[in-house]
Amino acid sequence: MSAAVVATPAVPRAAGVAAPAEVRAGRRRRRRREATVTAGALALVVVGVVAGLSLGDYALAPGEAWAALTGAGDALDRTVLWELRLPRAALAVVVGAALALAGGVFQTVFANPLASPDLLGVSGGATVAAVWALLVAGATGAGVTLAAFAGAAVVAGGLLALTRGRDLSGHRFVLTGVAVAFMASGAVGYLLSRAQVRAAQSALVWTAGSLGAARWGEVALVAGALVLALPGLVAGGRVLRALQLGPLAATGLGVRVERARAAVLAVAVVLVAGATSVVGPVAFVALTAPPLARRTVGTGSPALPAVAAVGAVIVLAADLVAQHAVPGVAVPTGVVTGAVGAPYLLWLLARGARS
Amino acid sequence: MTAGPAHRAPSLVAADLRAGYPGRVVVDGLGLALPQRAVTVVVGANACGKSTLLKTLARALRPLGGAVLLDGVDIATVPSRRLAQSLGMLPQDPVAPEGLCVADLVGRGRHPHHGWFERWSAADDAAVAEALAATGTADLADRHVDELSGGQRQRVWIAMALAQDPDVLLLDEPTTFLDLTHQLEVLDLLRELNRARGTTVVMVLHDLNLAARYADHLVVMADGGVLAEGPPADVVTPEVLHAAFRLDALVVEDPVTGAPMVVPRSAAPIRIADGGHQGVEAPVRLASPKNR
Repeated sequence: MSAAVVATPAVPRAAGVAAPAEVRAGRRRRRRREATVTAGALALVVVGVVAGLSLGDYALAPGEAWAALTGAGDALDRTVLWELRLPRAALAVVVGAALALAGGVFQTVFANPLASPDLLGVSGGATVAAVWALLVAGATGAGVTLAAFAGAAVVAGGLLALTRGRDLSGHRFVLTGVAVAFMASGAVGYLLSRAQVRAAQSALVWTAGSLGAARWGEVALVAGALVLALPGLVAGGRVLRALQLGPLAATGLGVRVERARAAVLAVAVVLVAGATSVVGPVAFVALTAPPLARRTVGTGSPALPAVAAVGAVIVLAADLVAQHAVPGVAVPTGVVTGAVGAPYLLWLLARGARS
Repeated sequence: MTAGPAHRAPSLVAADLRAGYPGRVVVDGLGLALPQRAVTVVVGANACGKSTLLKTLARALRPLGGAVLLDGVDIATVPSRRLAQSLGMLPQDPVAPEGLCVADLVGRGRHPHHGWFERWSAADDAAVAEALAATGTADLADRHVDELSGGQRQRVWIAMALAQDPDVLLLDEPTTFLDLTHQLEVLDLLRELNRARGTTVVMVLHDLNLAARYADHLVVMADGGVLAEGPPADVVTPEVLHAAFRLDALVVEDPVTGAPMVVPRSAAPIRIADGGHQGVEAPVRLASPKNR
């Protein structure tokens, strides 16, 4: 560098030729890395599912679980497995994937690591609407999901309108969402206080984020939301790559930024609503899973498959801890994810405050 | 895909353009035809609207009135992908996601060349390799963007714009935050690309002397309109400098290139309301830019 001081304005070009073949090789190497991380996370998902099937008061060795799974084994084994444990593990997987994908989309669209649907009040909107549907309208199943979707969509739409053309990278934007989240929890409190004790009790468990009520119907609902979102995510992954470079650069690359943001956020809202309406707001999964997956991949790719797998691992692990960490006492899954996620949020804030 | 004037040279025209933000008009009644296959540099005092103009030319801002015409067609009506194939923009401070390496960043320039479900092709690899070679960044291909120096980073972003392969490239202050050597390096690179490929280059610059040295066509903006435009030798005069920048300056010949060179004497005396004190030289009154 010191030589450049005396050089004439014509600075010599750095040497080195990039043959297309080298470019291709590098690109493949990074793709493989992403695929490896995704495969690793999926392996952990399998481990988590197996653990979920085996552990419990009624312990099943993996071999017994496998027998029950394939239709052999005794009837009680089969019932425990097919009616209780498998739906619960499956629910953890789909909920984790849905929340993580939604978080990955939100954080990329708003170019802000704090912009996850729970911190921005989108999950809160879904919760209010779902609690209202449960307690006031007497809805169940898909009705609750639709209400949750409406609630999440209203909040997300409001956020988009409020932030149109503004800088979204700072803490201020997130505070907007925090205000919304507070309003939502106030509304939930009001709805709970008005409800019958027994109904309120069940809704209360749900608002902490619990997988305890897992049945196949619930799994199907969240899986349905994932299937619905899939085409949008495949197409959106491309747009996310452009949006990652900032709104102006994305515009230069031919992305209609406002429109693209609204479209991919709509997809994310479907996922948040699907997951939240079934298990309640499982805290911090959407916040923590995407950066964890993306840092591990480490290529700057949106890495949505890896994000989904890591989300599934987080919820599976949290649910195992929630069920089995304290013998005889099962806590809601959301309590565990909250206990792990909140320190991460504090760390993010402390780091942001320094820079 | 070798260098050469392979580019079409579409005309880019701002017609009676009014631009800015809701409730704040920054550019008003501006008319400008950007010369094809040339390097145009836009200069002007802070807040004169040059950045707003650039963003509006790139369709990052919707005009409040008038239109931007590419080959006579209002860009608001051109499909985004097609527009991005012929009009590229490099903003002042683009961001690269953490961990992204140079080759992948440059690869993202290929975005407008892909359909929704199209796969990456050998042509894309070739375009990336060529953009890396043309900007002298081939040996950086596997480095992370966030660990590059300022000068390297700017060249890499230009490589991304090259991989996009637009006919017209708009750049907002591509030399900010760079030391003088790297400023020259980036501007040399842009001129080289213009000469070799026939890419029309339009950029906003802060430094008047660099602007005068590198521009084929210089546009001086003031108060949201064009105050003067033309070859730097015609445009850079003490009168224009005074009107556009409130700068009291001497214009001499750049001993290296022969381009006009600005040697500031002082900031022109600022008139405060009707303060009785007259400066040594009466400041040139600013012609209303609205009627140029």
